[in-house]
Amino acid sequence: MEHEAVHPGVQPVLAPPSPDTKHGQQHPLGIYFVIWALLFVLSTFSFLVDYFHFEGFQRWALIVIFMWLKAGLIVAIFMHMRWERLALKYAILIPPLLLAVLVALMSIESNYTYWTRVIFFGVLGGPPG
Amino acid sequence: MTDHAATDPGTQSQGLKSLVADWSTDQEAFKRVHWGKAMMWIFLLSDTFIFSCFLTSYMTVRSSTTLPWPDTSEVFALTIAGHKIPMILIAIMTFVLISSSGTMALAVNYGYRRDRRTTALLMGATALFGVTFVSMQAFEWTKLILEGVRPWGNPWGAPQFGSCFFMITGFHGMHVSIGVIYLTTIAIKVFRGDFERKGNYEVVEIAGLYWHFVDLVWVFIFAFFYLW
Repeated sequence: MEHEAVHPGVQPVLAPPSPDTKHGQQHPLGIYFVIWALLFVLSTFSFLVDYFHFEGFQRWALIVIFMWLKAGLIVAIFMHMRWERLALKYAILIPPLLLAVLVALMSIESNYTYWTRVIFFGVLGGPPG
Repeated sequence: MTDHAATDPGTQSQGLKSLVADWSTDQEAFKRVHWGKAMMWIFLLSDTFIFSCFLTSYMTVRSSTTLPWPDTSEVFALTIAGHKIPMILIAIMTFVLISSSGTMALAVNYGYRRDRRTTALLMGATALFGVTFVSMQAFEWTKLILEGVRPWGNPWGAPQFGSCFFMITGFHGMHVSIGVIYLTTIAIKVFRGDFERKGNYEVVEIAGLYWHFVDLVWVFIFAFFYLW
């Protein structure tokens, strides 16, 4: 959070906030290389999940864990979300949580469709067409 | 707005208090955030919903079909030097896209150092990685189309596989292609020194946000469509 520590000096009350470009998202280069390497390692792991034929819950869990770790690193470090203000963080990161509702609804719906197909077409028949 | 502490960026406190203070002022909610960056984030948020709709509909058709889903491990296998390696092309595409994200992150950093040459070169490298990615995707599409995959059917199982594949990877590939054009444009402008007058290199970070987002979407497609 080093750029948070550097505040512009005393400003007149009505002055518009300066763009503050000089201090915008300036971080040591090393962190990008570390994240880059971590993303490579995590991608290799998720590739190996397929290569070694993990199945069932193990496969499911490993894929999702690696996926969220990668997504988190990209958003937090590469996209600098970690250093943004809380107002922006919440505005961007909270709305996608609503998608869980959509996923839950469609999951219930597809379950219904599946059993309707099984009952009316027979499991081996599949949907017509 | 009872006192000016809420609007003065210099005296902001962090934490929940700052969130409430930012949102309750009548000027602007995202203080000390370049407006272009805030707008790009909001665009990316809307794009998140589009891709989520695709992935959710993919989940819906996949879990409602009574036919077996094609084994992606087999479908996307390549035979290299006599060995059949599962998913190898997708793995290479993933590494290419991650590398492009890496060079983009460095470009943003050099942009703020006002090192125009390095910034433009790194952005050019990012765009080249992007072109490589799209080319490999074109190869993959060609291979699958020749094998008989169509949006309405395929030789291996559930007919919905084709429509999901073409829709999701096609839309993502379009994002990468637009990103390549976008990055090339900004790289040329950086190199020419268009941003020198104001010394404002936020544009590089904004372009970077778009590019990292493309990489981010691929992380989810890779997990849900290819590996699941």
